[in-house]
Amino acid sequence: MTRMVGMTKGAAAELSAELRGFKEVQRLAYACAEAVAAQLKPGVTEREAARMQRVWLRERGVRDWFHLPFAWFGDRTAFVNFRVPLQFFPTDRRLEPGMPFILDMAPVHKGCTADIGYSGSLGLNPVQDKLLADLEAHRELILREVRERRPLREIYEDVDRLMVRQGYANRHRAYPFGVIAHKVDRVKERAWSPHLFGFGTQSLKGLAGDALRGHRDGWSPLWSPYRFSDHPPRPGLWAVEPHLGFRGTGAKFEEILVVTDSRDPEQSAFWLDDDLPHVRRWAEDR
Amino acid sequence: MSLEGARERWVRTGGIELCVAELGDETQPTVVLVHGYPDSKEVWSEVAGRLSERFHVVLYDVRGHGRSTAPQPLRGGFTLEKLTDDFLAVADAVSPDRPVHLVGHDWGSVQSWEFVTVKRTEGRIASFTSMSGPSLDHFGHWIKRRVKRPTPRRVGQLLGQGAKSWYVYLLHTPVLPELAWRGPLGRRWPKILQRVEKVPADGYPTPSLPSDAAHGAWLYRDNVRARLSRPRTDAYAHAPVQLVTPLGDAFLSEKLYDELELWAPQLVRRTLPAKHWIPRTRPDQLASWITEFVIASEGGRPAPVASGPYADRFGGQLVLVTGAGSGIGRATAYAFAEAGARVVAVDRNAEGAARTAEMSRLIGAPDAWAETVDVSDEQAMEKLAEKVATEYGVVDVLVNNAGIGLSGSFFDTTAEDWRKVLDVNLWGVIHGCRLFGKQMAERGQGGHIVNTASAAAYQPSKALPAYSTSKAAVLMLSECLRAELAGQGIGVSAICPGFVHTNITSTARFAGVAAEEEKRRQKRAARLYRLRGYPPEKVADAVLRAVVRNQAVVPVTPEARGAHLMSRFAPRALRAIARLEPPL
Repeated sequence: MTRMVGMTKGAAAELSAELRGFKEVQRLAYACAEAVAAQLKPGVTEREAARMQRVWLRERGVRDWFHLPFAWFGDRTAFVNFRVPLQFFPTDRRLEPGMPFILDMAPVHKGCTADIGYSGSLGLNPVQDKLLADLEAHRELILREVRERRPLREIYEDVDRLMVRQGYANRHRAYPFGVIAHKVDRVKERAWSPHLFGFGTQSLKGLAGDALRGHRDGWSPLWSPYRFSDHPPRPGLWAVEPHLGFRGTGAKFEEILVVTDSRDPEQSAFWLDDDLPHVRRWAEDR
Repeated sequence: MSLEGARERWVRTGGIELCVAELGDETQPTVVLVHGYPDSKEVWSEVAGRLSERFHVVLYDVRGHGRSTAPQPLRGGFTLEKLTDDFLAVADAVSPDRPVHLVGHDWGSVQSWEFVTVKRTEGRIASFTSMSGPSLDHFGHWIKRRVKRPTPRRVGQLLGQGAKSWYVYLLHTPVLPELAWRGPLGRRWPKILQRVEKVPADGYPTPSLPSDAAHGAWLYRDNVRARLSRPRTDAYAHAPVQLVTPLGDAFLSEKLYDELELWAPQLVRRTLPAKHWIPRTRPDQLASWITEFVIASEGGRPAPVASGPYADRFGGQLVLVTGAGSGIGRATAYAFAEAGARVVAVDRNAEGAARTAEMSRLIGAPDAWAETVDVSDEQAMEKLAEKVATEYGVVDVLVNNAGIGLSGSFFDTTAEDWRKVLDVNLWGVIHGCRLFGKQMAERGQGGHIVNTASAAAYQPSKALPAYSTSKAAVLMLSECLRAELAGQGIGVSAICPGFVHTNITSTARFAGVAAEEEKRRQKRAARLYRLRGYPPEKVADAVLRAVVRNQAVVPVTPEARGAHLMSRFAPRALRAIARLEPPL
């Protein structure tokens, strides 16, 4: 980690070692997404794509999950007619040429969690290309406003407004609690870690602990449009996932934003890694 | 009626002399237009003129019609085999080394189906546009399927088409049809056409009509019974087919084409709200569809990819939407774009309009343009109407959607507030209807106007006096205009959405309160509308449906429909609701 986080020296060194761990698992997850995306063919189902992610990561030592891998194809990328959370789980929808897809996974590796979202399409899909290009503005907006220490709810509303201006629907509103981001943390490695409705129990325990503590101190580990998110960004690692939907096509990215209590704006918030597929793609387009 | 600038030649085949006319540049792809019954090639004059700007257009009088000679004897001289000989002779004469694009109307289409499904013409036809004329073989199979396995619906279809085909039985009686055509019917036919079909009175049909119609009776007698009782089983099209179905056709039902995909694997469907004689009444639309299809078949541009509902109806049409920078207007523009329409997105917010146009192109609009205009500005609207007419053409569908919100009691509403709301909500619609509606009416080829009113148009409220008044005026304007334009094939619909989640709430004015309070109320209204969660896309679907079905007043959300019902059956209850304080 080249950036120094403004804390005491010891704490900073400890944090950067920790950040390295998170960065590694985030890279691993994106590598998995790219590897699986490269294998997608017409006729592959969402279940098969989700299993491919699971197998790939398990072969590389992943034993626990924040949540099991998801795969959404076609208009499911835009969460068309999503009402209950069960609809997030992979179905037997088959991939067709030109169809957009999103792979979303949250592996835990060596005690560190990543939560990533990877959007692509089988062959050309100009609409999704456009959506992906327009996500760049959201990544910039979120970072800028977090550095300004604006209340999370306000930033959420600004993201919303930008999406409306761009002519899109905000699809992360369909997520549980409508979250655009949630906190991630270290997860204790246990020999046996079952999952509940697709979410790892260890991670859920961490999130629940944060929620409990946050509730006492007036903050929340969920970044939502609701009152409980009406507080400035809390230091820690946030998995941020703006998700655009446009008439049956969806696109998102998801990656970790590091928030510290440094007074230096540059250091107070930064994206954990700038060398990710969607960021590289924007750089190439320029 | 003449084909201006046409080069004429005679083609001799099987003892017949066919009169062939050519227009346009001979090096361009050849489009052959085949006329129906009782017509002559001049029925195509409007379409041919438009096509000749890009293509080599060829028309010929079918044997026994117009200036072509008739076979001797007439009986047995009009079989589909002989008509195929004629077509091949013409095609060889006008385009010896390139396949031709075939377009047929009525009997011209019936014979063209034969041309495009028999072996000996393979490689001579590049594409076929069919209108109002099914293949007799397909028709034969259609009847057989319904007779063999009758269900109530199929029997209904059979009886319906059977009733529409009354003239076919009449034409099978000997001598009588000839006598009628050469006598009173022939004399009155032009007037009948004008009255029933609303075709323009400009010298068509030609004077040869009585003998054309008398000879043409043999088209039916020589083919119909034979083909319907023993239809060919190998009548598969060997070229791409574009099917244009006029929805108001008195002689053919749409159901005839239900299973056409089986016979024509490369099929593009188009529908048109018009009657039978579309070459006369809808030349602009036909010319643009034929052009698009010919170019696609030539490999110049890929075939249209429109995927949305009603693509058959709106593909290639020109649609103008005001207030297209956001909300219902934007969703409507997108829905038309998905149906393959060309879109003009008008908004006073340039960025929003540009965005709508850009996204429209991505999702299926062959073309889309953004225009920045304030609809309440008369001069700007006049300029826009002029620009649109010269650069993009006459609009087929006009959606007057732009509107602003204003809430507050009557006495809090200042004269300035009133002016603003009426300027945009009412005058904007008046300008749109006046300028673009006039172009539509002058062209005389139909069209549709959609005005976005509101459920507030019939639901009084003490919180929205100015807004409701402006919208009620729009509703009444739409209904009056609908009556006036009905005779010209132009429909007018008023859409009354109800509470829809758009940003009209966050830009709405609240009269009589301080700026801060206004902001608070905007936020609160926006929140309520979001909780209601009715998406503008559903209103857009209702707009398209209203155009397709030519509906007069369309309440959209359940509460809008409920209020509409109450306004008719329980107006007192509505008046009681009007007194309630809105939760803002």
